Formats: sequence, C-alpha cells, structure tokens
Amino acid sequence: MKYNPRINERACSLEGFRGLHPYQSEEHVQGALLLMKRLENWLAEIAGLRAATLQPAAGAHGEFTALLTAAAYFHDLGQRRTTVLLPDQAHGTNPASAAVAGFQTKQVKSDEHGLVDLDDLAAKLDDTTAVFMITNPNTLGLFDGQISRIAELVHNAGGLVYLDGANMNAIMGIARPGDFGADMMHYNPHKTFSGPHGGGGPGAGPIAVAEKLAPYLPSPIVVRDENGYRLDFDRPKSIGRVRSFFGNTGVLVRMVCYILTHGPDGLRRVSENAVLNANYLLSRMKHILPVPHGDRCMHEFVASASTLKTRRGITAMDIAKRLLDRGFHAPTVYFPLIVPEALMIEPTETESKATMDAFAEAIFRILEEPDDVLHEAPHATQVSRPDEVRAARQPILSWSPARDEGNRG
Amino acid sequence: MPYIPNTREEQQAMLQAIGVESIESLFEMIPAEARLGRELALPRAMGELELTAEMTRLAGRNVAADHVACFLGGGAYDHFIPAVVDTIGSRGEFYTAYTPYQAEASQGTLQAIFEYQTLITQLTGMDVSNASLYDGGTAAVEAAMMAMGATRRKRVVTTTAVHPEYRQILATYFTNHDTELHTVAASEGTTPVEAVVAAVDSKTACVLVQHPNFFGCLEEVEALAEAAHKAGALLIVAVNPISLGLLKRPGDYGADIVVAEGQPLGNALNYGGPYLGIMACGEKFVRQMPGRLVGQTVDRRGTVCWALTLQTREQHIRREKATSNICTNQGLMALRAAVYLAAMGPTGMRRAAELCLQKAHYAAERLAASGSATLPLAKPFFNEFVVRVAGGRVEEKIEAARKVGILAGVPLAPWYPDLADCLLVAVTEKRTKAEIDRLVDVLAG
Repeated sequence: MKYNPRINERACSLEGFRGLHPYQSEEHVQGALLLMKRLENWLAEIAGLRAATLQPAAGAHGEFTALLTAAAYFHDLGQRRTTVLLPDQAHGTNPASAAVAGFQTKQVKSDEHGLVDLDDLAAKLDDTTAVFMITNPNTLGLFDGQISRIAELVHNAGGLVYLDGANMNAIMGIARPGDFGADMMHYNPHKTFSGPHGGGGPGAGPIAVAEKLAPYLPSPIVVRDENGYRLDFDRPKSIGRVRSFFGNTGVLVRMVCYILTHGPDGLRRVSENAVLNANYLLSRMKHILPVPHGDRCMHEFVASASTLKTRRGITAMDIAKRLLDRGFHAPTVYFPLIVPEALMIEPTETESKATMDAFAEAIFRILEEPDDVLHEAPHATQVSRPDEVRAARQPILSWSPARDEGNRG
Repeated sequence: MPYIPNTREEQQAMLQAIGVESIESLFEMIPAEARLGRELALPRAMGELELTAEMTRLAGRNVAADHVACFLGGGAYDHFIPAVVDTIGSRGEFYTAYTPYQAEASQGTLQAIFEYQTLITQLTGMDVSNASLYDGGTAAVEAAMMAMGATRRKRVVTTTAVHPEYRQILATYFTNHDTELHTVAASEGTTPVEAVVAAVDSKTACVLVQHPNFFGCLEEVEALAEAAHKAGALLIVAVNPISLGLLKRPGDYGADIVVAEGQPLGNALNYGGPYLGIMACGEKFVRQMPGRLVGQTVDRRGTVCWALTLQTREQHIRREKATSNICTNQGLMALRAAVYLAAMGPTGMRRAAELCLQKAHYAAERLAASGSATLPLAKPFFNEFVVRVAGGRVEEKIEAARKVGILAGVPLAPWYPDLADCLLVAVTEKRTKAEIDRLVDVLAG
C-alpha cells in the first residue's frame, strides 16, 4: 500500500471539482475537461499506446471495457473470435471479465520458472483467439522476458494482447506495455497512482489502447475544437456507454496530482525504489521463508509456507494472522493460486528500510513461536478468527432489532 | 518530489544486502528490446505550492454548484450534505484502510459496511443489500444480469422512461450475449402497464423500471410488479433514494431487486463520480447477487464480529463462473451514504423528501401558471419534472439562466426527439424560494 498524499485529497475537494454536476454545459466545465484530456494523454504515454479512456470505474471494469473494445474491433474486421486465453496465475477478475464480455476462456500453463509456457500458449492459440490477457510483471512478481515472443505468437494468430496493469508500479518510465507488444491495458490508480483504498473503493480503471482500437472506445470522449474542450458522443464505431456519466472524476483528479508531483523522473524513481524495496525484503526473507520463484523480483515476491505446513502444520493464514499482532497488515495470502500457501509481499516504494527490517524480523520471530500461538493468532486484536463458515451458512447480512434482543436475552 | 523515505545511504546498504551494484541491475529481467530508452514525455515535477496553484487554476475554470443555483438532476442532485458526513468520511482510519480481507484488522470498515447494508434494507424494505456497486447505471445492468441468472431466462423488458444512460449501458453489456432487450415506449411520461403486460412473456427474466422515472413521474409500480410476476419475471426498480422518505418502500409493493444511484445520500456531485450503486434484493436471490457482502458472525472467543461472506459467488474464487466480475465496492461512498442516513434518520429523510416535493411542485405550479412555459406531462411527480420552453428556445433559456446564476435544467433533446424543446428540472431542499422564482422568471420570460 502506498502513502496517500494529503495534497491529492485537498485538490479533489476543491469546489471547482467536487461541486460540478455531470450535466453542466461544457463551457462550465472547461477545467475538468482539460484535466481529463491531459490525463488521457499522460496515461497513453506511460503505456506506450495511443489512446485512453478514463471512464471505467475500477480495474475489473477496465478489463471488461477493453475486452468489449476488442470484440467490436474483430466484429468490424468480420472475424468471429470467441476465446480469451489467460495464464493459470491470472487475477480472478480476468476470467470473470471475459465471461461478462461474452467470451469463453482457456487457461495457459506457467512453466517451472513461473513464466508463460510458450508451447502451451502456441498450442492453444488459433483463429478463435481474440485476446491473450497477461499480467507483466506477473503475479509472482517476475517480469516475463519472453513478452515480445508472446506478443508475436498472439499477433501471428490474429489475436490481441491485453496487459493487466496491476503491476505497473514496477515499470513506470522503464518499460512500456505498448513497446513490448501489448495492444491494450488498464491501470489501477490505487496501486500505481496512490488513490486511497478507502477500505475497498472508490477505484477507477482507465484503459489505454493501440491506435487501431481507439475508434471502438466507449463514448463519450473528450475532444478539443475551436471553442475549447467538449464531450464527443458522435462515435459510430464505439462500443457505447459502460457507466453513468463520464468517470470517477474525484479519483482522476488524484491521479493528475500524483503524476504532476512526480514528473517523468519521479515516476521512474518510484518504480526503481519499489523494486529496490521488494528485492531488499526478498533478500532478508528468503532465508526465513522459501520463495519458490527465484532470488530476484520486481516490485513484489511470493513466499510459500508450504514446507512449514507439511512439517509443523503452520499455514500462510497463521503467519498472516500473527503478523497482525505485531503491528503489520498481513500480505495477500493464497494468491496466486499456483503457489501453495502463498504470501504475496509488496512493500511499495513508500516503506522505509527500517519498516522492512522490522517486518522481516517479525516473520523470523513468528516462526520461532509455538505452533498453538500461531494457530490461534491474532491475540492482540479485538476479535480473532471470525467464524466464516457460520457467516456463510447462516448469513446475517443486516441488523435487526429482534435478533439484537435475542442476543441480549 | 516522490514519496520515498529512504536516503541514498540506506539505498546503498540495501543494494549491498541484495548483492548488486546498482538499482539498474535489478531490472535485468526486462530485456533490452522491451525497455524505454528515454524519459517519459510528461510535464516536469511540481512542488506542492505550484501544484496547489495549478489545481486551483483548473478548478477555477469550472463553475461549481455552490456558486450557482443548481436545478440539474437526471440521477445526480445537489442535496445538502451534513458536516458530519465529510468529517467521518475523511478520517484516515477509513480513508487509507486496505480492503477488508483481514477481518481482524478491518472491523471498523466491516461494521460500517454492515450498517450501510442495514440502512439500505430499511430504506428499501428489502431483505438484503450488498456493500455497493459502481454507480446507478451499472447497478441496473448487474440487476438485469442477476435476474437472468436467477430465472435462467434471456429477455429483459424495460421502458423509455428509464434513464437513457442506463439503457445505453444495458445495450453495451448485452452486445455479445444472446440477450433480447425489449423497450416499451412511455406514454405521456409514464410506462403503460398494458404495454408491459403485452411485452412480458415466458422468456422474460425481468422488467426494469424506474420510480420516480427519468422524467420525475411516478410509475404504477404495483401493477407493473403484478405484470412481471404473472409471467414469472422479476421486477427491478431503480429508485431515487431520497424519494423513499415519502414513497412506499419497493419491498412493500413487490420489487424483487432494487437499485439506485446512491449519490443523493451524502455524496458530492464530483462531475459524475465516484458515486455508488445501491443494490438490494429478496433473501432468495442472495446467492445470485453480485458484489461484496459483509456478514455478522462470532469469532473463536464468541465475540460478535463482521467478515466478508458468501464469497463463493465472487470472481476470486469462482473466476469465469462468478456472478459478476466486480471485485470492489465503493467503500468511502457507501460509508458516506451510511453516515448520511444515520444522521438524517427516518424523520430527517421524510423532511428532506417533503421539502424536495413541495419546492418542486411550487416551481412547477408557478411555471404552469406563467402561461408561457408548459408542463407537457400531466402525471404525479416527486422532485423533478419536464418543462416545455416556449418557442423551443432551450439553449437560449439555459444561457439566460446562467447569466443570473442558475443552472436551469437538463435538455432532453439528446435522448428524446419529441421532447427536444423541453428541460428536465430538479428541485432539491437546498433551493430557496428566491432561486425558484428567478428560475421561473427566466423560463417563463
């Protein structure tokens, strides 16, 4: 998790952004439209692609929007392509978005190094393939160096490459998806441009696409003419509308602030330090917990509690829960699915060396503790291990006075 | 300046611990041909002072609703936001908190969502609310997809009185599915029940209506529910949450799924987002519901607590078989809605709705009495109504209103050719008599 700069919050609270009604006439919102146009251009530049739309409300919504854009493109070419391929380590949203966009999905295996198995990819590509969705750097925190070859294979089969931009924080200003073969991608502002998580939103999921896909992007887009900026709805090839109004403007203002605060050099330094921090923590952690996929990573790495589980019955969840007692928010556990007992660790550039030292120390201490202490962790929090089975079997999804009385009695 | 806490010395020490010479060598995984050999073409970095000036300048090129009297609606409304909403909604404990995957570290977030779910069920009269979706339009589409999943039917019946943008989103989402979208034509501002009865058949999954509808008019929702249910279809109602301070709750007239644009509940206009999509349904549909749900349970010590639940519906477990691809909720917006509803209470919600109703009707009556502007739709309405501008001079009137500090209404021409000379006027509790009189003078002038 990144630091959420307070200046960004102040900027999006300016009445000139916060107090704008979406149906005000264009002359009244020139500042907002200019801001959006600039951000579109910047996101296209960071992606190495030609066009962008700011409309999608979240990363998964961006995936869906891009896949529909691809579908419209193929439809226009007169091609019937019905399949989306994705690696076995993909985020769950990828196959779900493909299904909502009307595609079948097929899974491509990872090889023993945690990269795309090229033979399996080649075997599954055919003239029904619309899109190959790849996260690169991937969900193991590795940059798949075969990416140009992957893109070539997909393109030769007539398909498009979609880049899940969840891990853009590792490569800003260093490598651009458009330059390594991607035709479209989404950004996650909360992961890359310091949008606050807010306990689960609001997000945004802007997408960038290659020039040939630009005519199909959702309507409206911001254009400039002699009278200034305006919203263009007259786009015959567009997939249409994907949401109410124009985008999560409040989140977009924060993105603009973040990019302006950093500039080109600053964004590069963000990625360099995200990667430095992750590798430093990896160098300390790998002696404590096995990291199955190598001793270098990009901005994150995936450790495994698999041998601990076999030897002592300690799970990734036990470690995660005990970390809460030691003042650390637990990392993502049990993802990606291809690593058993996974702990995905992503310090980001905004953590200090001292914090990372303390984190590694905490893991070290935790693994020295008796098994029972870990199985029953956390101990210091107000609640410990909610009964999730009960929550699902007898769902209580709202408060009711009757039930409250029953509890008291 | 980047937010990077480590000094050069610390960076050196870290490189040494890793066993490499430079940061550059950490990027060896990226082949040369994939690298960008130049700096990104972006504006140079700004300090906080300069950035503040630039953002203030951009914001200053917009006309904010607090400088004008806003009579714009169509899904987003200029309601009063109690101070407590901003105060609680901007607390760091909510603001910067991670997604509540680790329940023990997220009880505050989880309880807030649980209270949001509770307040929404009380407001709508439905059994279950999820933790919120993106916005009103996508919530309506998710509801239609949910109804198709629940009924295993593929036909959706809606009406031209539903927000045109909602219907556009429906069309976009259904592009590559063998779904049939049938749109009944509204007549004089409302949906003719007999046309819906004729349109609903044994293949129909749901009837999607809006109440009050896009024109502000009240639909015959009881009869529409009956029409849907007779054919085994579900009734989805998109509501204005403020209207529920006065109108019958959807759960009390047979709605199966209720959706809403949640912006009116304590959320700023924000030029269209972020807002929240409200979704509530009957208990029997909960396993088809998209989005996050928070449930109450007990922990290993028997303490009452909250956790994300029924996650086997969701994408991270079900992948391509999930009920939806949504992976988030609009956490902060839902929090604001919950604080708003709690602060207003039943009496406050009723009072706000009454004020909207009375002020809108005052405006409508004065316009009707003017003899110049007319009200083409003679139907009961809540806080929004359609005005026909004399001589069809819509743009001219909007411009004249702007000159006296008024945003007069939403032109209907882009969506309704037969109402091209009309404006949709919304009146919230914030509008004063003087502002309404000024609006009337301009539109009837």
